[in-house]
Amino acid sequence: MSNPTNFVVERWTRASVASGVAVAIIVVVLAITPLIGGANVVDKLTTLFVYVILAAMWNALAGYAGLVSVGQQAFFGIGAYFAIQLSAHGFPAYPSLIGGAVGAALLAIPISLFMLRLRGGEFSIGMWVLAEALHLLVNQDPLIQGETGTSMISLNAFSHAERLAYNYWLALGSMLVLLGAIFVLLRSPFGASVQAIRDDEEAAAALGVKVLATKRTVFILAAFGCALAGVLWLATSVTFQPKTNFGVQWTAYMILMALVGGLGTFEGPILGALLFFVVQDQFGENGVWYMAGLGSVAILFALFMPRGVWGEIEGRFGIRLLPVGYHLRLPDIFARKPDD
Amino acid sequence: MSLLTLDRLDVRHGLLQAVREVSFAIEKGEIVALVGANGAGKSTLLRAIAGAHIPASGRIAFEGADVTGLRAHKRVAKGIALVPEGRRLFGAMTIDENLQVATRVGRRGYWTSETVMELFPMLRARRSSLTGNLSGGERQAAAIGRALMTNPRLLLLDEVSLGLAPVVVDGLYRSMRSLLQGDATLVLVEQDLGRALSVATRVMCMLEGRIVLDGRVGEVTREQIVDAYFGLRGGAGRDHDTKATA
Amino acid sequence: MSIVNLVAQGALLGGYYALLACGLSLMFGVMRIINLAHGDLAVLGAFLVFVISDYFNISPFLALVAVLPIMAAVGWLMQRGMLERSLRSGMLVPLLATFGLSIAVENLLFEAYGADTRSLAPMIGDLAFDSLEVSNQLSISYLAALIFALAVALLGGLSLFLKHTSLGRAIRATAEDADTAELVGVNSRSVYAIAAAIAVATAGLAGTMLAMRATFDPYSGPMQLIFAFEAVVIGGIGSLWGTLLGGIVLGLAQSIGATFDPRWFLLAGHLTFLAILGGRMFNEWARARGGLRSSLGFWR
Repeated sequence: MSNPTNFVVERWTRASVASGVAVAIIVVVLAITPLIGGANVVDKLTTLFVYVILAAMWNALAGYAGLVSVGQQAFFGIGAYFAIQLSAHGFPAYPSLIGGAVGAALLAIPISLFMLRLRGGEFSIGMWVLAEALHLLVNQDPLIQGETGTSMISLNAFSHAERLAYNYWLALGSMLVLLGAIFVLLRSPFGASVQAIRDDEEAAAALGVKVLATKRTVFILAAFGCALAGVLWLATSVTFQPKTNFGVQWTAYMILMALVGGLGTFEGPILGALLFFVVQDQFGENGVWYMAGLGSVAILFALFMPRGVWGEIEGRFGIRLLPVGYHLRLPDIFARKPDD
Repeated sequence: MSLLTLDRLDVRHGLLQAVREVSFAIEKGEIVALVGANGAGKSTLLRAIAGAHIPASGRIAFEGADVTGLRAHKRVAKGIALVPEGRRLFGAMTIDENLQVATRVGRRGYWTSETVMELFPMLRARRSSLTGNLSGGERQAAAIGRALMTNPRLLLLDEVSLGLAPVVVDGLYRSMRSLLQGDATLVLVEQDLGRALSVATRVMCMLEGRIVLDGRVGEVTREQIVDAYFGLRGGAGRDHDTKATA
Repeated sequence: MSIVNLVAQGALLGGYYALLACGLSLMFGVMRIINLAHGDLAVLGAFLVFVISDYFNISPFLALVAVLPIMAAVGWLMQRGMLERSLRSGMLVPLLATFGLSIAVENLLFEAYGADTRSLAPMIGDLAFDSLEVSNQLSISYLAALIFALAVALLGGLSLFLKHTSLGRAIRATAEDADTAELVGVNSRSVYAIAAAIAVATAGLAGTMLAMRATFDPYSGPMQLIFAFEAVVIGGIGSLWGTLLGGIVLGLAQSIGATFDPRWFLLAGHLTFLAILGGRMFNEWARARGGLRSSLGFWR
């Protein structure tokens, strides 16, 4: 058997270069949208960006690090709570929002030391219990007035149009930064470590991968991302109601988007968020049947299409738009024979 | 009608092909020693016969009936039993319980808790101990006993001497002939060539997933076996490599 | 409220939690699946009992006789139809599938019965509020005592079943090593289905008890799941009697918390759960470093 010495390892294929260019164009268009588009469009896109962030974060946790959290709403809520607190203490609105998210990320550090020692389903529900505990603790704060909640008054300093535009750009910026961070991480040795852990933790540890430290990084990043989404939600709705922000439905949405889009792929959560956004926009009013339908969709995808829509596309056509992996190009004599 | 017939069996471990185009027939009453280096595919072959591994292609027939698609527990019901590599006892259960679990399949015959403990007297004293606490020899005896409780017609033994002291293995092999009392045909995978040949009536050697030697113990020489083991020459007896092209 | 009474109430509440947690513990012990729909299935059981009692005008206890087999069938179907497939794909998929089931069940119940909170208390007459006055410090509700007794009976019954019957041994063997169990003639798929049937039936029983001692609505499920999970973890995963202990500890923690402030009922439970988890981890951490004593050496 002769040695395939003349192979080439490449990261960028023609398809991925083309996608890269397309992405750049899209980003530019999105950036100038508030200047050219109507209020409705801006508002809806902001919501879409929040969905993308949530989907991408849950995907990073479950699809890359193998951590299934049913409690990310903990950060979605606590980030908003911190923002409200900062604002109540006199800080300007937008810095408070970002500060809230940072605060949540800082809180995630000790939480990770604790929660990450749990495995599998224990971790899942453990995170949920944590979210419930935080919810109840926040309810105790007189500023919040229990489930009644309160508003972020400092936001009213801006006009409706201004707030809309600032929220949009904050959302767009957050989304790009977070997606960018994931992209960069995945391409780095860190990315390989994370996926190694997901596939086989013991084997990865045996190879010298610092399992706990790697998981912790992903956990904190996901906490920060979910918290950003949470403060963005606060910014768009102005009111903070613990029941809404700490509700488990956020996890339900995240799971759905990531699962339907494609767990463990980069493009998957984006696609999932898009699909979810469209469905939510069209059918969200139908309340209960809608939710039951979502639940059934989750089951069906979990059983029959666990790789999600993008995963199937990737698998079937071998397309990878954005270069997070490697391609091995072999010389033609190793091309597959017809009867293989 | 042969007891067991394999026809061009292909078994994969993920992407690795562990068993390639294996075909042979085993008759009732034989004691077949399956030898070969580590990774030759012996365990995989046994597991495929027992139903723990589904073949990629090929056929397995037991007493004339096609069992290729049958799940393992149904094969046990038909009379195939495997003593797995590494014993795989239920460590949280006692010897008695391990033996009793195997009666669930409901095959009656010579082997009961009593007769098994007659064969392996050391089990009787420890019958209420958790198998996780037993010594290596006791565990191997318990594992063989557990398989016997299903009163199999075909008993597959995978590396029973692995990790055991020679004197313990001696004892096991002395019992080997008694295993035939229950009307079983034996296939044993064994690294120790000498031991294998001391009890077997037929020897098959595997190399890289293929059977490269197959002959009666009296007829093939030790040299031929060793050559086949290491893949040094063409091999003697029934050569399965070329069977497909014949 | 006297301390004795407080402890009694808390412990009896723990009986309910143990009843609830039993099925969750069983499914996890046998199949390593945490059924995120467990709470919702309990609520489903409560609804079925409610509907049957209401329609035929019979006692909920009688309706339970019909509902338990129905719930067992639901569990069996859930395993064979859904979870069996997902088991082969690793740990992630069963969690996702049961999460989807949870949402579907909640919302279908809402669709069928609306948002009203209901209770079975009106249908069990005096049992709902009668208690035994043991002393002027201590009174024990008959219902709570019944539930506690049911929990003990169920856990005891399951223990005996697992230890002494052929099917019980088959379940234990499959739980430990499903592949090898198959190799000795045990049909692991059947075993899993039976375990799931038992688990869901007990969930239905627990849900019915919940409905008798309190109220329920289509969205009560998740809270029950959290209680069940907390009880299992506090008591130690893998131990049936540990589940009883865990339930009692949880019930006590919640009751004690409530005496300080009624709003602290739930929070006390969650914090106790997290504290015990933390304590356990610390213990492990310390053990890895030569034992609790040596790592706490400077305290001596």
